[in-house]
Parts: sequence; C-alpha cells; structure tokens
Amino acid sequence: MTSPRFSSEGAHPFTRREFLITMLGVGVAFGFSGIAVNAADPVATNRKLPAAGVPQFEPTLWFSMDRDGIVTVNIIRAEMGQHVGTALARILADELEADWDKIRIAHVDTDPKWGVMVTGGSWSVWQSWPVFSRAGAAGRITLIEEGARLLGVPASACIARSSAVVAGNRSISYGDIVKRGKLDRRYTPEELQALPVKPASERRLVGQAVVALDVPEKTNGTARYGIDAKVADMVYARPKIPPTRYGSKVKKFDDSRARKVKGYIQSIVLEDPSGTVPGWVMVIAASYPAAIRAADLVAVDWTPGPAATVSEKDLQDHALQLIARPDSGVLLDTGGGDAAAAFRAAKSTLEQTYTTATVLHFQLEPVNALAFEKDGIFEIHTGNQWQSLILPTLAKALGRPQTSIVMRSYRLGGGFGRRLNGDYAVPAVLAAKALHRPVKMVLTRSDDSRFDSVRSPSVQTLRMAFGDDGRVMAMEHAAAAGWPTLIAPFFMPKGQGGAPYDPFAISGANHWYEVGVHKVRAISNDLANSTFRPGWLRSVGPGWTNWAVESFIDEAAHHSNTDPVAFRLKLLTGQGRNAGSAPNSVGGAHRQAEVVRRAAARAGWGAPLPPDTGLGLASSFGQERDMPTWLACAARVRVDRKTGGITVEKLTIVVDAGTIVDPESARAQVEGGALWGLSMALYEGTEFENGQVRDTNLNTYTPLRIGDVPDMDISFVDSIEVPVGLGEPATTVVGPAIGNAIFAAVGVRLRHIPITPEAVRLGISKKA
Amino acid sequence: MARFTINGHAVSVDVDGDTPLLWVIRDDIGLTGTKFGCGIGMCGTCTVHVGGRATRSCITPVSAIEGAEVTTIEGLDPAGEHPVQKAWQALQVPQCGYCQSGQIMQAVAFLKDFPSPADQDIDAVMSGNLCRCMTYLRIRAAIKQAAAALRGGPTT
Repeated sequence: MTSPRFSSEGAHPFTRREFLITMLGVGVAFGFSGIAVNAADPVATNRKLPAAGVPQFEPTLWFSMDRDGIVTVNIIRAEMGQHVGTALARILADELEADWDKIRIAHVDTDPKWGVMVTGGSWSVWQSWPVFSRAGAAGRITLIEEGARLLGVPASACIARSSAVVAGNRSISYGDIVKRGKLDRRYTPEELQALPVKPASERRLVGQAVVALDVPEKTNGTARYGIDAKVADMVYARPKIPPTRYGSKVKKFDDSRARKVKGYIQSIVLEDPSGTVPGWVMVIAASYPAAIRAADLVAVDWTPGPAATVSEKDLQDHALQLIARPDSGVLLDTGGGDAAAAFRAAKSTLEQTYTTATVLHFQLEPVNALAFEKDGIFEIHTGNQWQSLILPTLAKALGRPQTSIVMRSYRLGGGFGRRLNGDYAVPAVLAAKALHRPVKMVLTRSDDSRFDSVRSPSVQTLRMAFGDDGRVMAMEHAAAAGWPTLIAPFFMPKGQGGAPYDPFAISGANHWYEVGVHKVRAISNDLANSTFRPGWLRSVGPGWTNWAVESFIDEAAHHSNTDPVAFRLKLLTGQGRNAGSAPNSVGGAHRQAEVVRRAAARAGWGAPLPPDTGLGLASSFGQERDMPTWLACAARVRVDRKTGGITVEKLTIVVDAGTIVDPESARAQVEGGALWGLSMALYEGTEFENGQVRDTNLNTYTPLRIGDVPDMDISFVDSIEVPVGLGEPATTVVGPAIGNAIFAAVGVRLRHIPITPEAVRLGISKKA
Repeated sequence: MARFTINGHAVSVDVDGDTPLLWVIRDDIGLTGTKFGCGIGMCGTCTVHVGGRATRSCITPVSAIEGAEVTTIEGLDPAGEHPVQKAWQALQVPQCGYCQSGQIMQAVAFLKDFPSPADQDIDAVMSGNLCRCMTYLRIRAAIKQAAAALRGGPTT
C-alpha cells in the first residue's frame, strides 16, 4: 500500500488479505489531528464530542483521545446485536492500557476514509483484531515516550497502566500527556505492522467479563434504529411490491380509492436507472398509517416478469437437473485426484440427496430508509451491513457521484445478512429525488417478506466410495442453489478452470475430513437467481452444505457399521491439507476432533437413553477454511411415534473460536446462532408459489418461540489462538445434529429441512 | 381527536379514531421506544400497557383507549431502572434490542399476575413475543431474577 487512504468507491476487487492490509494502511498519520473531524453520529454510545478546536490525540483513524483522557473508538461495523463496538473497543483499549470507563464508541457514517464498510461473514473481530491491537499498541508506545519525556525519565523506565504512564512511584495520566505533550511521532505502515502486541498473559480486558456498552439503551427505549429516523417535512412511503422480483413493468395504476384516505398525497412509479426495484410504485402519505391504508387501495396493473410462473418445485427440479449434468458448476480446488477411478474401484458406495427449503430473514425491524438531499449531499438514514456494496448502486440510481452521498448509521433491528443487501435504500432515494423532499419509506411485514432476499432453497447430492474395511476412498459433493454473491463478483474466487464461484453458496462442502479423493462442485441455480434475489442469511452456504455433509457423514458411519463419533474422529486426521496453518487455522482438523470429543463426552455419548430418544452429533468448521471456528453439537431428541412430533430436549455445544474477546457476547452469539439452526431445522421455512414466497407474516411463518427452547450446555475451548468468528457458526451444526438424533431414536433418516411431523410419521410408517 | 394519558401526561392528538395506537405513540407523540414488527399482533414488539395490561398497540385503534392510561417503555421507570429493566441489563438480555421494549413491557405485566413464575408460565405468556435474535434463555432467566427482586426476597 502506498496510499494512506483507501477509497471504497466502486466495487473494488479485494480479497480478505488485501482488506486487512488496507485497514492497516489507513492509520499511518500519527500525531495531533488538530480538530476532531468525525462525522455526526446518531448512534454514538456515550459519545462526548470534543469541543471544536480543542487539540486531541488522534494517532490513527481508529481512535482519538481528548484532554480528559476520554478515548473514542471509531467503529465501522454495524451494531445488530453482536455488541461489536464493545468487543472491538476492548481489543484496542487493552493494548492502549486505557481504563475501560474512559472508553466511548462511535458507529461512524460512510466516508471513504474508513475503507470498506461491511459487517458480515462473522468477520468483524477476526478482521479488526490485528488492526485494533496495533492501533492501541501504537497509542500506548507513543504515550509512553511522551510521558517519559514529561516525567524526565527514560521511556525504558516506564510502563503504561490504567490510562497513565508510570515510572516507579511517579506517574502522569494520559489526559495530562495529551494536554501538555507533543505527540507527533509518525509510523509507516510497515512500522505499524511490526509493532509488538502484548502477550496473552498481559491482557487485562480481552477475555474478561464486561457489560456491553449498548445494553442499557436497549432496555429503556432510547436505542435508535433506522425506523426511528426523522427529519422535518418528511413524507412517508409504502411501496406496492410487483408480482415478480425482476422484469415487472407497470402498465397503469388507479389511486382513486386511495384518494379518500386522509393524508394520502400521491403515488409515483419509480424510474430506476440502477435496475434494483423494477416495477415499483411508491404510495406517499403524510403519515405511515395513511400510507399503509392508501397502498392497500391503490390498484396497480403490472406486466409481470417471467418468474411469475415459477414455484418451489420448479426451482428444486431445476437444481436436480443441474446436478445430474456432470459438466455443470465449478469444481473447487480440494486436492485433486481421480474421483471416478476411486468410485470404480470401490467395494461399496453410498449416495444421498439432501434438500433445504426457502427461508426468510424475518429480521424484526422491517427494512426502511429515510432519504433526502441537504446542502448538495444526498443523505440516507438507515441501518445497513454493507455500505460499500450499495453506495455505487445508489450513485447509479441517483445519477450523482458517490462523493455526494452519505449513509448515516443506525442500530439494526436485526441483520442476519438481510441488510448486507442495501437494495431497500434505492426506492427511498428515488422517491426523495422525484418528490424533491425527504421521504421515509417503511415496508410492512408482508412487504418485507415479499422483498426479502431469502435463503435460497438448495439441493445437494453426496457420494462416498468405500474400500477394504470400510476405508473412505473418495467423496463427491454437488450443491445447487441460488448464488447471493453474483451481485458482488469481486468476492468470488476462481475454481478449477478459472471459473468464478460463490464461496457463500458452497463453503462447508470443502470440509476437513480426510476422505481420499475429494471433489466439490458448486452449481449456480440460474432459475433461482432469476426468480428472486438470493440472500446471505446467517451462516449462508454452510447453513445448507453442513446439513448435507453432517447428515451424510452420519449415514456413512452407519453404512460402515461404525459409531458416528468414532467415524468422524477417524477422518479428522489433521494430516496433509487438513493440518491447518498459521495464523488462522493452527492445529487444523485436530481442533475439530477435540470439540467432537468434548461434545460427545459432555452429552453422555454412548449412555443408555429412554425409548424413542436419541443423541445425534454434528460438527463443522463454521464459515470458511480461511478462518475456521471449530464446533460440535450433540442434540438429544425425543420422537413421538404417534404424532411425529420432535422434542429437542438438550443441545450440547462446544466451540473453539480461538481467543474470546467478550465472553458474554460470544456466548450470546452461540445461543442465538444455535437457536436459528434449531428454528430452521424444525420450525420455519417457506416455498415459492408463482414467483412469490407463500408465507409473509407470523400467521403462517412460524419461527422458534420461547417455549421451543431446549436446555443448552455451551462451552468454549480455552485458547490464545487467533480470534475467529462467532455470529454464524453455531447455526450450521444444530440441524444435522437433530436429524442424526432422530435416526438414533427411531431409525428414520430425514433429508429435508425443515423437518415436519408429517415427514417423521411417514418415515416411521414406511419402516414399519 | 383522541384523548388519553401517556406516561402520566394527558395528551390529545388529532388523528382518526381507527389509527393504530402504535403510530400515534411513535409518530404523533414521538416516543419511538415502542416498535413496529408484524402489524398483526403476533410478534409483541409493539407491546405497551393500557390500564396496566399488556396491549398490542399495532392492532389497537386509538379510539379504543379513549381516556385510558398508557405506559410505554419510556414511562416504566424514570431512570430506566425498573427491576425488570435491571435484570435485563444484568443478564445482558438484548442483542439487537428491537423486540426488547415489548418483551420488557410484557414481562412487567406478566409478573403482576405471576409473582413467582414457573418456566411453563413464562413460556406460555412470553410465547407471544418473538425475539429474532433468540435471546430466550436470558429472557427466562431475567424474568426469574426480576421476580425475586420484586418479591423483595433472596433469589430463588
């Protein structure tokens, strides 16, 4: 990196490695910034803005310190329930040796100076750890040097502790150093990257309990979400969602009945140069309830797009046809070898197909955005997870440069990947531009469901070849689903032959088991892609690939008459390409084996159980081989043979996520992620019917509720390895653990989620 | 014109009688702690107290509460330290937080009826409140902790 500033304009092709370097490259200018220049921030937590003109220490882009020693940590990540600001600030404050009660966090607005703004992939702590550690270390070193000078002692005689520089029995506070000192040391990016960080034994905040900074405001009604944004003179909008996601055209609309609604203003057909919301009509009113009512009364005549005749079965049949064509899809680089030869030579083979249904995000705050132009800048007030992705689209929609657009950050009433796709900001800006006034668009729940970028339904076929003594010789995995990342092609790596594939639709299939020749084929379901906008939904691909892998591994164990835990341990050799590598996957599959052993032991694997009760185990490496979060889940379920009802009695989950920064938030993410996995395994799912999802509200869409929550035993492996992700991984193991437990309980194998009582009953009756 | 009391203040709002109370609270009165989730009374995120009873404000026409006393999350305790809120903070119940105003309002009303709730009582009543972050384990634990605090005895 030669440029100290990285522009997030446009869709930069970058890998995560480059992204890290980018973040490191940003904070090179050390010293006084003169005046704080942070953007106004509607969601600052305990934020005290420094008085204009007051000098403060701002050694990197990532934090500043004022003359009272108050540290403001700049957070580019969206707060959507992970308490991410607290975790990131703890990393920085620990290295800075700052008192925690002097720390404030600020969730910043979009500005090119921040580089790429994205909150997803369970990446935040993993990506920010090296950057924030060194930012804190740089601050500490600079303060020690200047503190030593002010104390008249050599820097080597000083330590930093509790927001002060201490030399023997003398000390000077950080605030006093900022007041009196000359903090002008400069670091090159290379120097910054080479800065020593503290050994794990010296950590004082990381790994210790803390109440997350955003908890109080979320118990007293003061937390501000996008839906709470307000400006003077704004009007409200509710869209009329067209019959198909793509290709719908408005022939005409009739608002004569809507005109009788008090507060109704007008309806407009959106002209969208970005092609994001084709066929949208925006119903405008003076209040939101008036907009809801008026929209119900506006009749729109559309020419629908071609997806108007597509239903779930069409999508899944198409996926099966694609899988059956050996030339379809992209082969991942999984070590090479001749799979066909291995299957020809096999003593026995196993083949099974697994499917998953369409799933809604159903984040509780429906998508919304407030948009207006002010002083030549177009402002969008909304909660969003991937500002850098949607900004170029907004620029195209508005026909103005990105430099004159700013997205202001708000709390997210649930993200779960829905707000990685900022498509909902587009209709708001288009309406605001057309009407020359602020427009606040809010979707009703049904609107939100119909406009959701759902988790694609999926079909996967897995095969395994066994040699002598049941030894695994080869494994093939073909997965067909809609590909969410087609709209962010710079995020797509290349497989064999140089063809790009969506890692978020196949990751998980490239597992850490030693299976001989391993062939993984990622297939884009083009019919799915043209019917709806495939979304990234909590854990994304591993949410379905691991359903298949871990159900299939269980079936393979039974096929070879081996205990499913012993079978897994036998395949988790930690050799060759599964040995792992520094820094992110040290230990490799040995660490996965360890969580499998621990989960089995904690759950009482092998102990006798009551009738119709079974224990099933599943394991995974979380999201990606690049940053594996090792975990295993044992599910104990009871099956009611008469009704087919499944009671999940207990989930035992063991996680190795490396260093844990904020223990309570880490645990909370595992609780939530695991229960999402349970919800998608047993309680929620929908289907496409004629181009639209069938279920759009809670009358028929039935996510897990409090009464469905089982006992949960969650534990973490003590570790000082690189901290990896926790937002999603637990989602990936619960479904297959339940499926395997049902098999253990009643001998019925279910290969589709969500699992229904009807499917269980059918399985039992077929067996009888 | 709708007239009622909210968080101890008498208000009169110029809206049609069939306007849902939720939007009157949020947009006309400007108290945004009460949230919009499903619009059909099935997620509980819009829960407020009307005459002390937990009420889904998204399906309650403002005409139905004429003259009543409404309490929202902002009015539960002047310092935000109602025992239920304190338990919510101590156990770090909220994740995204969007449903938590409704969860807390429901829990406060529930604990008046069930001062020593069993798990089944909690599940039965709190099943009307969806939490998409799935903070349910902590909701259960926080309700029990708050119940103990409200009873004034030691935590059981």
